[in-house]
Amino acid sequence: MNIVPLPRRRNLGQIHVAKVTLAHGGGGKAMKDLIDDVFVSAFDNTHLAPLEDQARLDLAKLAAYGDRLAFTTDSFVVDPLFFPGGDIGKLAVCGTVNDLAVGGATPLYLSCAAIIEEGVELALLRRIASSMAETARAAGVHFVTGDTKVVQKGACDRVFLTTTGIGVIRPGRLLGADRARPGDIVLVNGVLGDHGAAILGARGDMALESPIESDCAPLAGLIEALLAAAPGTRAIRDATRGGIATVLNEFAQASNVAIEIEEAVTPIRTEVKGFCEILGLDPLYLANEGKIVAVVPAGEADAAISALRGHRYGESAVAIGEVRAGIPGRVTMKTVFGGTRIVDMLVGEQLPRIC
Amino acid sequence: MKYVDEFRDAEKARVLVHEIETLASSIEFAKERPIAIMEVCGGHTHSIFRYGLEGMLPKSIELVHGPGCPVCVLPMGRVDDCVAIAERPEVIFTTFGDAMRVPGSKKSLLQAKADGADVRMVYSPMDALALAKKNPDREVVFFAIGFETTVPSTALTVLQAKADGIKNFSVFCNHITIVPTIKAILDSPDLQLDGFLGPGHVSMVIGTAPYEFVSNYYKRPMVVAGFEPLDILQSIWMVLKQIREGRAEIENQYARIVPDGGNSPALSAVAEVYELREFFEWRGLGSIDHSGLRVREAFREFDAEVKFTMPNIKIADPKSCQCGEVLKGVIKPWQCKVFGTACTPETPLGALMVSSEGACAAYYQYGGVKTYEAAS
Repeated sequence: MNIVPLPRRRNLGQIHVAKVTLAHGGGGKAMKDLIDDVFVSAFDNTHLAPLEDQARLDLAKLAAYGDRLAFTTDSFVVDPLFFPGGDIGKLAVCGTVNDLAVGGATPLYLSCAAIIEEGVELALLRRIASSMAETARAAGVHFVTGDTKVVQKGACDRVFLTTTGIGVIRPGRLLGADRARPGDIVLVNGVLGDHGAAILGARGDMALESPIESDCAPLAGLIEALLAAAPGTRAIRDATRGGIATVLNEFAQASNVAIEIEEAVTPIRTEVKGFCEILGLDPLYLANEGKIVAVVPAGEADAAISALRGHRYGESAVAIGEVRAGIPGRVTMKTVFGGTRIVDMLVGEQLPRIC
Repeated sequence: MKYVDEFRDAEKARVLVHEIETLASSIEFAKERPIAIMEVCGGHTHSIFRYGLEGMLPKSIELVHGPGCPVCVLPMGRVDDCVAIAERPEVIFTTFGDAMRVPGSKKSLLQAKADGADVRMVYSPMDALALAKKNPDREVVFFAIGFETTVPSTALTVLQAKADGIKNFSVFCNHITIVPTIKAILDSPDLQLDGFLGPGHVSMVIGTAPYEFVSNYYKRPMVVAGFEPLDILQSIWMVLKQIREGRAEIENQYARIVPDGGNSPALSAVAEVYELREFFEWRGLGSIDHSGLRVREAFREFDAEVKFTMPNIKIADPKSCQCGEVLKGVIKPWQCKVFGTACTPETPLGALMVSSEGACAAYYQYGGVKTYEAAS
């Protein structure tokens, strides 16, 4: 299904059964009702019109935002679907919005593709869609096209979502992982590792009660504020899978520089630290869904930090380290204990240690 | 964080490092060669790298990273046995997380899972037992691995399974014991060790008495050490002090956790369920007498080795692998011919590249920044 942003109303279908069946993926009326009931009714109604096979976007309107398109896609397969601080719907919007924003783009339009396992409750899908709609409103983006597929039981885990996003980059904005220079300052917009710890905790197989909530948030506004205050910003990335350790390594490799961070000032909640201590995990590698790592020239660092701190998603923003000439591609951390260690990329997934 | 930050105090560390420097410089033989101290336990290796301790110590002290990483020393043949059990359609194979990646001769458990085997990560053997109760039509096997630290928990799980009359649960026992291993290292002709940091968590179970042969017979000092960085520095200082004063004793730095007599309820559960094997094969060290445990006859219904036939083939370590020499402190990880080239964490050839507790993987990933760079 595709939703064209034209102001023409039509009657939306509704579903009166409790669960999705393979019939809802068959391409007939049942499928149209599923799409109408769950997605179209949740996403911006005033823009809805007959479902065409594509969204049509006005080039002149896009050009008003800048001179380059940013285009990105991401799939979401989180377990559990609902977790403290968020759900798969919120995640699917934030993830794609943030991937656009860290490139300096203003996020504008999203698509949503949903793969649904037969037997999933309609109520669950409606909750997810309404969370997507709410997050999209907060992030100032519109869902303009989408697709659903229903697959047999066991072929997927309840719901998988893919969102694709388009944004526009203002003229003159040039961010890139290869632009870090010795002397630059490395910033983060707040405490690290919350999302990863929240998800592990919510899976419940650790029998650990944890009050940790995901930091899942759309960051376009925060990044806009950062770039206004520090226009010379070299690079921004959101520290999702692989945590800040992975982003720092990507910056160091692409820019052929060394990066040193300081453990003592790297912000991590006590609860997350404790969680990691018990499981033998390293918070530097835990996923975030509302955190960026930014490299800014030293002269703009103070302005950048105060701009971040002035935004609701950056209140505990802080400089955690700096870019150095050093060994190209190497990331090190000065430990609280006074030693220095290498912070490398993980080979695979971080696995809890035996003892 | 309470009970953690106190043991990571940088100011206290500075004072301790200064004391260590003074003490080390007063040891005569250190003018000729470095003082070699082995930390037996992988948990210590992990802390040493995580806090960059090697770089803080004077050059006259050399830390040798011992065999105490249970994942690292598991031989390939045993991993093949795991895979064979896991690939049986009726089996749910349960394991601790970091055992998933250990390479067998053909594949790891992670690869077996990708090929369709039902392999699940658990955090405790009791979780595996719960899984058995929930899935009465499946055979749940727990991959029992680890030194004395983890042995009591699997022993208690077997006792619980018996008490509950569970028929579809078994353990594939690969438990190993630390004492014969330390003895094997001390017996090796090319030994170059002056003292030991004893394993803290193992000792919490077995106490300190089992190590007395180290001081009595081999005349080497040993300090049972905690895992926080200040614990490790203090323990190094205690070893140096013994060397300086010409003593060889077993001392307990980790007294807040380790009772000298060990944990007797845990030990009696272990003795009830397990007995020593004649010998057990270690990756990198070869066969060591009485170093492995097996399930006793009385609990054979919970013994995966009785329940399932498996290949049980001994697979030799690759020829180019020099893990044994690294383990004994004869060479440093980066002096191995295949370190970082044929042998990396992605494609480990040898035991020590497998887990983040293994010395080679730790050097490769965390890097003993100063040492490694100076040498390479």
